[in-house]
Amino acid sequence: MSSLWLTRLRQGHRTSAFPATVDPLPERFRGRPSLDEARCDSGCTACADACPTQAISISPLRLDTGACVFCPVCEERCPTGAIHFGGDHRLAARHRSDLVHDSREGVLASALGATMRRVFGRSLKLRQVSAGGCGACEAELNALGNVVFDLSRFGIDFVASPRHADGIVITGPVTDNMEFALRETYAAVPPPKIVIAVGACAITGGPYAGADRVRGCVPDDIPVDLYVPGCPPHPLTTLDGILRLLGRIDPRTP
Amino acid sequence: MPVDEIANLGASAWRNACVGACTDGARIASLVGLRASKAEISVLAVLVDDGQGKVGLCRTRLERDPISHSFAMQSLTPELPEAQAFERALLEDYGVHPIGHPWPKPLRRHDSLERRAGRSDVAAPHPFFEVRGEGIHEVAVGPVHAGVIEPGHFRFQCDGETVLHLEIQLGYQSRGAEALFLRSSAARRLLLAECIAGDTSVGHATAYCMNEEALAGTDVPLSGLALRGIALELERLANHTGDLGALCGDVGYLPGAAYFGRLRGEFLNVTMALSGSRMGRGFVIPGGVRFNVPPADRALLIERITRAERDLRDSADLALESSAVAARFEETGKIPQQVAEELGLVGPVARASECDRDVRRDHPRGIYRFAHVPTAIAPGGDVMARALVRWVEIQRSLTFVKEQIASRLESPVVEPVRERTPRSVCVSLVEGWRGEIAHVAVTDDSGDYAAYRIVDPSFHNWFGLTMALRDCPISDFPLCNKSFNLSYAGHDL
Repeated sequence: MSSLWLTRLRQGHRTSAFPATVDPLPERFRGRPSLDEARCDSGCTACADACPTQAISISPLRLDTGACVFCPVCEERCPTGAIHFGGDHRLAARHRSDLVHDSREGVLASALGATMRRVFGRSLKLRQVSAGGCGACEAELNALGNVVFDLSRFGIDFVASPRHADGIVITGPVTDNMEFALRETYAAVPPPKIVIAVGACAITGGPYAGADRVRGCVPDDIPVDLYVPGCPPHPLTTLDGILRLLGRIDPRTP
Repeated sequence: MPVDEIANLGASAWRNACVGACTDGARIASLVGLRASKAEISVLAVLVDDGQGKVGLCRTRLERDPISHSFAMQSLTPELPEAQAFERALLEDYGVHPIGHPWPKPLRRHDSLERRAGRSDVAAPHPFFEVRGEGIHEVAVGPVHAGVIEPGHFRFQCDGETVLHLEIQLGYQSRGAEALFLRSSAARRLLLAECIAGDTSVGHATAYCMNEEALAGTDVPLSGLALRGIALELERLANHTGDLGALCGDVGYLPGAAYFGRLRGEFLNVTMALSGSRMGRGFVIPGGVRFNVPPADRALLIERITRAERDLRDSADLALESSAVAARFEETGKIPQQVAEELGLVGPVARASECDRDVRRDHPRGIYRFAHVPTAIAPGGDVMARALVRWVEIQRSLTFVKEQIASRLESPVVEPVRERTPRSVCVSLVEGWRGEIAHVAVTDDSGDYAAYRIVDPSFHNWFGLTMALRDCPISDFPLCNKSFNLSYAGHDL
C-alpha cells in the first residue's frame, strides 16, 4: 500500500494547462506552414514535384493542408525557403477552402452558432469511426484521453454507442468496406449532430488518395463541421480545433 | 538475388520442400504471387529458419486449367496451419485455389459491402463458421467497436458464457495498399510504408528502405543504422508501454492505466524531438535517416529517458505485483507452445508461449549486427506472460536506446541510393514491436517493382487470438484482445 502512495507522489501532477498555456513543441515539429511566394524563382516547381500527395500548386503558391502529410520534403527541396513548417499546432478549420494556405495569413477554426454552442458547449459526446485509418490518427485520438491532455476535463468524451453521441469523428480514407458502416453510424446519431474529419485520409484520401478500394474522403452527404489536418494530427491540433469549434478558446488569443 | 536463380520446382516438389523445411524448424514468412502472364502464375515461398539464421526461397509455376479457367494448388494448410491466411490471400488476389484448405474464405473482401460501394467483381458470399446444438448462441461484434479503434468483425459461437469458437472477419480496412505501392513514386512509396500500420511507421519504413538499399547495393552509414535502431526501439517502447496501460485499464487497475498511458506519451515525445513527428514519420529514408541527434541534445535525451525509466519501473512494480491484476492476467487466454509453433506466431505473443524467435537476434541486420538486444522469453502463454515479455523487452530496449544515443553518432547519417538492380528479388525482415515485418520485393527488367508483398506481424497473429479465446469466458475477450493488440490496417493493407 505504501508503494502505491509513494508512486502516486513521484508520478506527480501531469495534466497540461492547455489552453491557458501551451508547452513548447520541439524544434523539429512540423506544424502550421508559412508560404512566401515572393521568394519563388519563376518557373520553379521543385516543391510541387516532390510532394508525395500533390498538396502543392504553383503560381499562385498554395499548400493544401487537407492533403499535406507534413513530411518536410517540400521545405527541403525549395531552393529559396519559400515554404516553412513552423511550430504552431493550430491547423483545424471549419471550411474545406480554409485548409488551402497561401502567402497570406490563414484562418483558424471559428465557433459554432449560438444554438449549437448552447447544446454542445459544456458537454460533447463523440463516437469515433475508423474507416480505413492506419491506426495513427486513432492512436492520437486515444492519446487525448490520457492524463496529459485529459479531454474529459472539457466535458468531451468518446462514447461507445452512436445513440449516446452528439457527433462522429471520422478517420481514414473511407474504404469500400467501411462506407456502409460509416453511413449507418452517422444515421444512428440523433440530431443535432456534428462531424469532425481527422487526418489527411479523411479529408482528401491523404497517402491513400487514388487507391483501388477507397472512396478517398468523407462522402458529401455527411457534412463536415471541423477539419483537422495532419498525418496524424498532434493531439493538441485536434484539441485546439474542437475547443475553438465549441467557442471555448477566445478567437483573439494568439 | 536474381529472380532467375530461385529454384523453380514442380508443384509436388515445391509442396514437399515447404512442408519439409517447416517440419525441420523453418516457418513461412510470406507466400508471394508473381503473375507471369494471363495463363501463368508463380507462387514464391519465403521460408525462414530462425535457428540457422537463414532465409530460403523456392517457387512453383501454376498454369491455368483450360477447363475451369482457374489456377489450383494442393493446399499446405492441412500440414502447415500457418499457411492458412497466406493461401486465402493468394485465392482472392490471384485466383489460386488451395485444394484441401479447410476454410478458403476471402480474407479481406466482402461481397455485399463491395456491391453497395459499386464494385461487383467480388467472390460469392461465404457464411461464418457455425456451431449448432442446444443452448448454443452467437454473438456478433463490429465492424464499429466500442472504443477508438480500427474496424473488424468478431463472431463468437458460445455455450453459455464459454466461447467454443471465435471467427475474426477482417478486411474493412482494406485500401489496396500493395497495388497503389506498385504505381507510386518513390516519395509516395515511403509514405505508404509508413502508413501500412500507423503505430509501426518506423518498422515498415525501415523494411521498405532496406529493400531499396539492398537492391541498389547502397551501404547505410553506421550512425544512420544506429539512429534507425533508436527510432525502432522507441517505437517498441511507446507501444509496449501503452499496451501495459491498456491491459491495466481492462482489468480496472486505474493507476497502471494512467501512469503507463502518460509514459507512452513520453516515448512518443522523445520520438518527436528526434524526428518532428510522434510516430517517427519522415525519419527513416532510403539510404539512412533524415536527422541526427545534435550532440548538445544527447545528454538531455538520455536524462529524459532515464526519468521515464524510473517512473516505468515504479508503475510496473506496482501493477505486476498487484494481486488484483495477477488474478485476471494469470491463466487467461492461454496458447500452448505447440499451438503457437503451428500457427507460426511471431513477436512478443510467440515469445510468451516460449517460441524462441526474434529477428533482431536470428536475422540481424543494421545496427543489430553490432549491438545485441537479449531476447525475452516467458512461459505460460497467458495474458500475464504476454505482459511480462513486454515489460522485459521495455527494459532491454531502454538500455539499448541509451547506449546508442551515447555512442558516436557522427554525420553523415545518409548515403545516396543508386539504381535498383533489375530482375532481382529481395526480402527484408525487421523485428517490429508486434513481431516480424517481412517485405518481399521483386524487380522487373528495368529495375521497377514488379511485385511488392508486405506482411505485417498481425497477419501471422490474428489466428492466435482465435485460439486464445477457445473455452474462455466471452468476458475475457477484451483482455485477450489487448494482450495481442494487433493491427487491422496492417493485416488488411
